[in-house]
Amino acid sequence: MSYLTRRTLVKGGTAVAAASALTGPALLEWAKAWAQNAPWKPEKGAKLSMLRWKYFVQAEDDAFVKLIEAFSKATGVPVDISRESYEDVQPKASVAANTGTGPDLFWGLYSLPHLFPQKCIDVTDVTDYLGKKYGGWVESAVQYGKSGNKWICVPICYSGNMVNYRLEASKKAGFAKIPDKTDGFLEYAKAMKKNNTPGGFALGHASGDGNTWVHWCLWSHGGNTVDKGDKVIINSPETAKALEYAKALYAEMIPGVASWNDASNNKAFLAGEINWTDNGISIYVAAQKDPTKKNIAEDMDHSFWPVGPVGKPTELHLMYPVLGMTYTKSPQACKALMAFMLEADNFNPWIESAQGYLTHCLNAYDKNPVWTADPKRAPFREAAKRSLTAGGLGSVGEKAATAIADFVVLDMFANYCTGREDVKGSIAIAERQLKRIYR
Amino acid sequence: MTMASSRAIRDVTAWDQLKTDRNWLGFWFMMPAAAFLILFLAYPLGLGVWLSFTDARLGRGGEFVGIENYEYLRDDSIFWLSVFNTLLYTSVASVIKFAVGLYLALLLNERLPFKAIIRAVVLIPFIVPTVLSAIAFWWLFDPQFSIISWSLKKMHLITTNIDFLGDVWNARWSVIFANIWRGVPFVAITLLAGLQTVSPSLYEAATIDGATNWQRFRYITYPLLTPIIAVVMTFSVLFTFTDFQLIWVMTRGGPVNATHLMATFSYQRAIMSGYLGEGAAISTAMIPFLLGAILVSWFGLQRRKWQQGESND
Repeated sequence: MSYLTRRTLVKGGTAVAAASALTGPALLEWAKAWAQNAPWKPEKGAKLSMLRWKYFVQAEDDAFVKLIEAFSKATGVPVDISRESYEDVQPKASVAANTGTGPDLFWGLYSLPHLFPQKCIDVTDVTDYLGKKYGGWVESAVQYGKSGNKWICVPICYSGNMVNYRLEASKKAGFAKIPDKTDGFLEYAKAMKKNNTPGGFALGHASGDGNTWVHWCLWSHGGNTVDKGDKVIINSPETAKALEYAKALYAEMIPGVASWNDASNNKAFLAGEINWTDNGISIYVAAQKDPTKKNIAEDMDHSFWPVGPVGKPTELHLMYPVLGMTYTKSPQACKALMAFMLEADNFNPWIESAQGYLTHCLNAYDKNPVWTADPKRAPFREAAKRSLTAGGLGSVGEKAATAIADFVVLDMFANYCTGREDVKGSIAIAERQLKRIYR
Repeated sequence: MTMASSRAIRDVTAWDQLKTDRNWLGFWFMMPAAAFLILFLAYPLGLGVWLSFTDARLGRGGEFVGIENYEYLRDDSIFWLSVFNTLLYTSVASVIKFAVGLYLALLLNERLPFKAIIRAVVLIPFIVPTVLSAIAFWWLFDPQFSIISWSLKKMHLITTNIDFLGDVWNARWSVIFANIWRGVPFVAITLLAGLQTVSPSLYEAATIDGATNWQRFRYITYPLLTPIIAVVMTFSVLFTFTDFQLIWVMTRGGPVNATHLMATFSYQRAIMSGYLGEGAAISTAMIPFLLGAILVSWFGLQRRKWQQGESND
């Protein structure tokens, strides 16, 4: 006699639904089954609150909200999501860590958990489970996630930051695509400026776009803030070479980049004021959505960062880890949510809705169709693999997080490019700050 | 009769004395206000000064380290840059605010049609939340999308956009301008209130004696206005010195820290980088300057004999 219970129905449902992406009621059924089988059972009466970075792509946020709703329905744990501009997540998290109250989960930037590692719950079991199930973590994710021997956060995704450029203008300047060496890139910038189609990289305190390009510039010429042992080595001829390169590049940029924040280059690119910049895929997505800007979407493409004298890619991409605070009343619920977010049936549709803005950290997700649906998204698939970590050669920890938050490298480049300081002066200021941070 | 026994004379107890003691009552009347001030002003100030002597980080407490934070700041070029910026910003903005505010107050003191409406309009920049006007200025001064650049280009006066916020000195003048725009109404309306207290009979007497406009201003208006000026300029200087919102929204302290005031710099070091102790030291370093400003007003507030028409002692 066939034994029909809710349990068999649910189990049967999962087997059928596992093959396809889940939406709506199917997602709910899968979620319920997952909740029953997951090793982390939320505490009774648990309520979670999460502070996440504000979305750059609306569709991504919508998919995320659906994901959370499924989780809540399946586990009975209501989750309250609040959003902050991503550079404001870190101060809020720091204050919460200091005062011992606030959201249970923070979804922030880079090495946020390393600012207060002892206040983050140990999530090694979650990351082991996900790593085993989904083809392993990329190297940089492991470095970001671990503090000592345990994982203090779950790396959810990267936000790739690549070179965005206009095709027509580049062709006119004599380039079919962005050159793959830094020398070639400088020639490209010169030619673009000559044709009155310049570009620009942010030199203001732009935590995303500004930091990514200056670190690329520094690392590609062999400069580093610290070495493997966290000794400050910024004062080197390689750093000076990087500064000279940046200054030469600055001369070919549009005026005003020293005041740019993260949104400035988006606005300028979409208005046609600049023709090359560094950004996530948000410019492309915004151009596609806006009927008046479709021509920009068709006329633009993305490219990896050029390789410098060191001979290999030295890119910095934004990593968004999720961490749970030790003051939470429901650590098991937190872990359940973290694991839920990265399960294939949730992560796949969510990554697709981000349209390339987010890149996975688990190798199994290389196969997600979002990367093949539009060839212009292809460079972003490699973001996690190509990215170096926030500390460069040094530790990914509190010190690296502080150095980035204090814009040490960015200010060094800005000081020299704008002519405020000479090479020695810019490096000296940065060296002094780094010595204090890394002592 | 037994009336005397029901209202027997008894000794005055200590409690009776206390109940009618003026000092005791005064203390308790003062308690709510004092508690408020201590909790929200004195305690944070004391805590800030204490933090500046520790190596507290955001996320964990710190230990006493003496003047180490101050020693580090003494050699920090960005700190001295922020001090310079703050002094420049405060002095230039305050002088111009005073001049324009006084001029506006003198104008508004005259007989004007629609005086009430004009006064209300003059007050608007001060009432609008600072953050909103700062965002508006941010757009006005945008290096690519400024309406000012656009208008000047359309009038063929310039050919390229003006880099308001990306050039070091342009950015400084831009934020000073925004601050003046925002702060003039405060000075103007307060000085206007002061002007109204000047007795018209003094002006009449002076006119009869043949005083010119300038002499009337110099010998009647200005001396009688001095206490008000002292008060309003003290407040104006204090608010300008500790300005945060305008700078943070418009430039975040950039470009290359050229518009970092001590307040914004202390926020960046304390909250964004997590160095609570160092940020507290930067904030505490503001105190000597602020005390200086208050002392100037303290001496200005003293009633001078010459204001009443006698000669100084």
